[in-house]
Amino acid sequence: MKLVDSYVFLEKLRDLIYNLVELRDKARESGAELVPIRTGAPLVKYGFISMFKGGVIMDVTSEKQAEIAEDAGAVGVMVLDKLPYDVRMAGGVARTADLKVISNIMSVITIPVSAKCRIGHAEEARLLEEIGVDLIDESEVLTPVDEKSHIDKWAFRTPFVNGAKSLPEALRRIYEGASMIRTKGEPGTGNVAEAVRHMKLVNRDIAALRGYYLSGDLEAIWLYSKENKVPYELALLTARLGRLPVVNFAAGGIATPADAALMMWLGADGVFVGSGIFKSSDPDSRARAIVLATAFYDDPETVVEAQKMVSEKSAMMGIDIRALKPEQLMQVRGE
Amino acid sequence: MVRVGVLALQGDFLEHVQILRELDGVEAVAVKRVDDLSSVDALIIPGGESTTIGSLIVARGLADKIASLAESGTPIMGTCAGAVLLAKSVSDKTVGPKDQFTLKLMNIEVVRNAFGRQRESFIADVDIDEIGRVRAAFIRAPEIKNAWPPARITGFIDYPGMGRVGVSAQQDSLLALAFHPEITGEKKVYEYFLRLVKA
Repeated sequence: MKLVDSYVFLEKLRDLIYNLVELRDKARESGAELVPIRTGAPLVKYGFISMFKGGVIMDVTSEKQAEIAEDAGAVGVMVLDKLPYDVRMAGGVARTADLKVISNIMSVITIPVSAKCRIGHAEEARLLEEIGVDLIDESEVLTPVDEKSHIDKWAFRTPFVNGAKSLPEALRRIYEGASMIRTKGEPGTGNVAEAVRHMKLVNRDIAALRGYYLSGDLEAIWLYSKENKVPYELALLTARLGRLPVVNFAAGGIATPADAALMMWLGADGVFVGSGIFKSSDPDSRARAIVLATAFYDDPETVVEAQKMVSEKSAMMGIDIRALKPEQLMQVRGE
Repeated sequence: MVRVGVLALQGDFLEHVQILRELDGVEAVAVKRVDDLSSVDALIIPGGESTTIGSLIVARGLADKIASLAESGTPIMGTCAGAVLLAKSVSDKTVGPKDQFTLKLMNIEVVRNAFGRQRESFIADVDIDEIGRVRAAFIRAPEIKNAWPPARITGFIDYPGMGRVGVSAQQDSLLALAFHPEITGEKKVYEYFLRLVKA
């Protein structure tokens, strides 16, 4: 291809834009300015995620668990083949859940149904979109197929959530088309420590960017984006907003109402609870209590009431993260 | 100064508060407790999950207070999940009749997830009586299937395969919208709602 060919191409592009504007003007003149029904638009994706705010999305593996979650007041369920704790115990390769199980759950509950696919496995994601899953989690809990390159999420009508343990990671996922971010934490451990660490790391970076912005130091924002391999526009947007540009949930190790309230205080917009509920021996009351504590995290009286609804003797035993070997950590998958 | 409360139990209440703050003569407050509800001139029940917000209304005993607000003529607007919570009768398109808590303040019948799942969520322009044409985001939206006096359906959309579908309803100063004006930032809807507040 010669350089002059690209000039021809650019001219055609300009003509196309002019033609489109002309068509729009003609349509307006004839009174047809009604926006037709438009699905899959980014606003519809981000808008849908906004409805989760202040709520709890619960990991489930069966219809029965999904019904318990709905009755307890969950804003959504996440369908897995095995709970993260069991994924750890079972070893081997963890893949997306049975499509039949997901479809059955969709037919018995009225709240949104999410499901996980492996990092980089675009085909699993396409299957989940095809059966009508409301939200896809490209998750490090399952065994990644391509850690170097995540799914191109702009190509889907279904919104995606991705895990992140730092701000640069979160902004890269948003750049790839994620409509929602969650902390990675260390899934299936029942230990909220890593989720706390990730949330604070993200907050600290945002505070630094906000500081640069308020003091007019755009060069520092530029350097930040360069050093951390994130698009400048997204770093700037974050600096202007003073928060993550999409809804940010806490996930990984939340096991008690107090864990959930703690994450809300740290700035989470809501929480995912994985093994914490159905690996405890009091799932019904624990699910209810975590919903209450998440919505009323800023009201200590209500959190006390929620915490009293569960017993520490019934909580999942959990795993000491320090006892895990480096290759057993899930949070390092796909950065 | 009109004091508008936005029920802040769960959902996108912040989006409502932020739009209200851009309007003149309005004080927007997030309300969570029975005491908070006493001092509002109007109330908005936001989008979110109707089952979640419903169970939190029950858990915190807010239902009677909201009902007494409605009785005293305080305008209440419900968007999406909020509209579901105002309805007397609720079912779900796929799951069928649904035994879920609602405030039962409006004589309307709603069908949840009437247009389908999130994949089918959409943006469109709709004409609403007395408000005019608004850009509306329908997110796993309900349909207002039926209304009986004193409630009436005030807006429809022509949806492929479903025909004319009711998307808004009004009963005196109670307003139910199947869509989200807070997501598309439609101030016209809020200005109309505020006119319902008695001077």
